[in-house]
Amino acid sequence: MADATRRSRLGPSPWHALAYVAPALAVYAAFVLYPLGRAVHLSLFDWDGLTLATFVGLGNYVEVVTDGDLRAAFGHTLVLVVFFAVLPTAIGLVLAGLLTRARVRGLPFFRTVVFLPQVVAMVVVGVAWRQLYAPDGSVNDLLELVGLGGVTRAWLGDPTFALPAVGVIGTWVQTGLVTVLLMAGTSRIPDQLYEAARLDGAGPVREFFAITLPSVRGELAVALTLTVIAALKTFDLIYITTGGGPGNRTSVPSYEVYNRAFRLGEVGSAAAVGVTLTVLIFVINLAVARIGERR
Amino acid sequence: MTSRSPRTRRVAVAALAGALGLLAAACTPGAENAAAPPPTDRAVQTDIAALGPVTLTVWDQEVRGGQNEQMERLNAAFQERYPNVTIARDSRSFDDLATTLRLALSGNDAPDVVQANNGRADMGAFVAAGELLPLGPWSQAYGWDQRFPDSVRQYVSYTPDGKVFGEGEMYGLPQVGEVVGVYYNPAELQRLGIAVPATWEDFEAALAAVKAAGATPLQLGNVEGWPALHVFGTVQDQLVPADQITDLAFGRKGASWTTPQNTQAAQKVADWAGAGYFNEGVNGLDDNQAWQAFSRGESVFFIGGTWYAADLEAAMGQNVRFMPPPPPAGRPISATGGTGLPFAITSASDAPDAAAAYLDFITSPDAMAVLTETGNLPVVDTAAQTPPAGLSQDVFAAFATVAEDGQLLPYLDYATPTMGDTMGAALQDLLAGSQPPDAALSTVEADYAAFVETNG
Repeated sequence: MADATRRSRLGPSPWHALAYVAPALAVYAAFVLYPLGRAVHLSLFDWDGLTLATFVGLGNYVEVVTDGDLRAAFGHTLVLVVFFAVLPTAIGLVLAGLLTRARVRGLPFFRTVVFLPQVVAMVVVGVAWRQLYAPDGSVNDLLELVGLGGVTRAWLGDPTFALPAVGVIGTWVQTGLVTVLLMAGTSRIPDQLYEAARLDGAGPVREFFAITLPSVRGELAVALTLTVIAALKTFDLIYITTGGGPGNRTSVPSYEVYNRAFRLGEVGSAAAVGVTLTVLIFVINLAVARIGERR
Repeated sequence: MTSRSPRTRRVAVAALAGALGLLAAACTPGAENAAAPPPTDRAVQTDIAALGPVTLTVWDQEVRGGQNEQMERLNAAFQERYPNVTIARDSRSFDDLATTLRLALSGNDAPDVVQANNGRADMGAFVAAGELLPLGPWSQAYGWDQRFPDSVRQYVSYTPDGKVFGEGEMYGLPQVGEVVGVYYNPAELQRLGIAVPATWEDFEAALAAVKAAGATPLQLGNVEGWPALHVFGTVQDQLVPADQITDLAFGRKGASWTTPQNTQAAQKVADWAGAGYFNEGVNGLDDNQAWQAFSRGESVFFIGGTWYAADLEAAMGQNVRFMPPPPPAGRPISATGGTGLPFAITSASDAPDAAAAYLDFITSPDAMAVLTETGNLPVVDTAAQTPPAGLSQDVFAAFATVAEDGQLLPYLDYATPTMGDTMGAALQDLLAGSQPPDAALSTVEADYAAFVETNG
């Protein structure tokens, strides 16, 4: 019944509908689907980008799983997810809660300041933080100022701290986006809900979990989707700050794709890493989208 | 999603299956390039005026001040001599050129002359793919084998299958030379009462003396990984026989990274790092920050290539000198170095004879004089030039000494397409103390051995 009414509204046949989407579909197919299919095709070959390729089947994918360096690269991006998505969401929730609740004066100003890192190009962010993290940079100066001279180091060159140091840059960049998104969500919550909760004797913490958090579920899903994708496909930040070093401790799949395809001439392997990364991003975001859909 | 009719879904699935089928049937990547390799023998024409109107497309990476100036001057002079030739110059930075050249050479509209990096990842791969013309026929006509000594020719030579580096046919001509040596700050040395070291033993003693006086002996910025290769190479050149280094660096069979001498060289670098001879946090400082720190007098020595000379002289004026690495007593002067990016002729070029005349022109003795005037280090006839006073004189003298009387040893990252990355990472670990010398070297050996095995 529902199907019949819909059809009559669309016209005599589903092909009309197809005609409407055809232009967009053609562009999408030419610039997204075809390159994607081509990448899958390339990933089945051992190819230097110049000479005749050799078909290796799933060999490049086996390498993604068995090669220690590549496995490590995927591991690093999971660590970056914590810094790019989990931490900003946690901080963003607290900030959004505070900023909406406290009714501070000059709220637009604070919102702009918090959002500012998003506006700056990632390359600029990378260059600036590289200066901050330098052995004689501001981070170490600050640590010495507060009497922590013992923990100063070349952050981006330290085997243990290079990856977290890059991650913190991600947290700095993404927190603003998450906060602004969540503030948009909290501003839609009617004040009566809070008043009712207060009348029932709920404190700020209870208010947060009972009203704020459930109300921004949609915004949370959007924020997580965007930040998780940003974490998984991080390239510019690594390229600018560490180049994958020291050792290979900050190498990430996107950087490996670039490195293999353009510098090392391992096009097939690069395509395999890229396809694997695409699948991984797709799966993780499917899971995140579920959070938003659940009521 | 849920409201889509089964029929549309069937159509979509069929379309997807069709697309996949088409892809699978599409030809193997690279098939369109798999032509026969270019012949190593051909009739050449050196009378360029007889060729009629020709447009030469040249891709170079001579973008910085003096480099760009020499290119513009030489191009203008070439077109003046051969009015029938028009040069269409396309100049881009080193990194941009490296990443686009691979695609450009395999395309339909390839340039005639390109500047391709010497190593296996670039020139070697292009030779193997038959994208570059062997220069043998023109070499005889123009006398290039006389112009360039063996020590230079090896850097642009490959066998036609691209497998052996350093032997076989010449595939490009370089304009400038490079050598890695030691920059030092004479005022600081004088303040600390240390003489300019004449031997390797003196040099190590000087490092210790600087450290003991509370100053930083050596500056190194190694975020990028490659700067440490030059430091390690400089140490290795003094401790390991030259023929072994050449075999390793050209990725030839029969050498090994895990010999006692190589281990000794790696141990030396680790010892220097352990003794605090380098600035704090070498792996967290980048290359530019390092030479700038040296130019501010924050260290006494700086191991680096001749390419820093222009910047250092601009920053330090009279207060910087350069020398080849001082050799151990009784050994010849040995230094890492080579050529600037060589100019090569593509096999897609429709005017290879004009291209060859261009290569000849920009590497001629007259061109070497122009290079000198514009502040570059000419790769041949270096001793015959009169460089401007100051640091340039040191640089010219050092290159001439190493290239003519000493041993100019190839860059270590030439060895395999992946060696730059492998060794950069291994040396970062070595300097940070997170890998002992033998572990770092076995990583490097694994890369070398795997390549040599498949390359044959």
